[in-house]
Amino acid sequence: MLRLIFAFIAGGLFGTGLFLSGMTDTTKVQGWLDVFGNWDPTLAFVLGGAILPMALAWHLTKSRKPLTCDYFPAPPNPQLDRRLIGGSVLFGMGWGLVGLCPGPAIASLGYGGWPHWVFLLCMLTGMIVTPKLRSALDTARPAE
Amino acid sequence: MHLDWIWGLIGGLLIGTAGAVFLLANGRIMGASGIIGGLVDGSGKSNWAERSAFLAGVILWPMLFLGIAERPDTHITQNVVILIVAGLLVGVGTRLANGCTSGHGVCGISRLSKRGIVATVIYLMAGGLTVLVFRHHLEVM
Repeated sequence: MLRLIFAFIAGGLFGTGLFLSGMTDTTKVQGWLDVFGNWDPTLAFVLGGAILPMALAWHLTKSRKPLTCDYFPAPPNPQLDRRLIGGSVLFGMGWGLVGLCPGPAIASLGYGGWPHWVFLLCMLTGMIVTPKLRSALDTARPAE
Repeated sequence: MHLDWIWGLIGGLLIGTAGAVFLLANGRIMGASGIIGGLVDGSGKSNWAERSAFLAGVILWPMLFLGIAERPDTHITQNVVILIVAGLLVGVGTRLANGCTSGHGVCGISRLSKRGIVATVIYLMAGGLTVLVFRHHLEVM
């Protein structure tokens, strides 16, 4: 139960942060990506502001346990692979086209209107088919 | 307009605090695409309640502001084809890469994860090129 309460609080802070920072305003996101046009630097403050408390949190994980369980996540995997690179290219293209990434796509559902629901349904469809796509890719072209 | 960066910073600090709570309390990495994806593709069955509680917070808390502030305009495109293609790209891309702006960007960079940093550089470049091509060359957005 405690874990659910913490998850709800974390989600709430996340959604509120996305809302206040302008991350659910697609014009601001596309303005940030529009480096060769009328560049909007706001998102640098969002990302910078988010990394600060998070870096502190990672530092704190060294000397304690999580409040509600025994282990923190394993150290990051250093391995780069095709999925990471290819997936990030596809994600970046979709992000640029509409100006929404997964967090803001959820946070804006309460006020964004019908286009947000169209985007969400397609994003979920993409997420559902990916495991099948992944195994198809792996069998078609074995890793080197 | 000139105050946008302050709101960006305040919102960013809240986003980072959210990730810190999720990590220090529940021992989990706050990655939006992973939390959503695990629910819809069945891989997150064992902790579906925690994922759902997180997502409920993400949707509901911003709505509390709607009563006291003006309903924000998200300026999203009305072009259904673009919405469909972009939604599919974001869904497939983030699940292939195992992370998005929150997981790779915020949580990955802050622990100096090589995968997080590389993914972020790549999706930023892909996003920048996409805006360049579709806004300035094809002029469809």
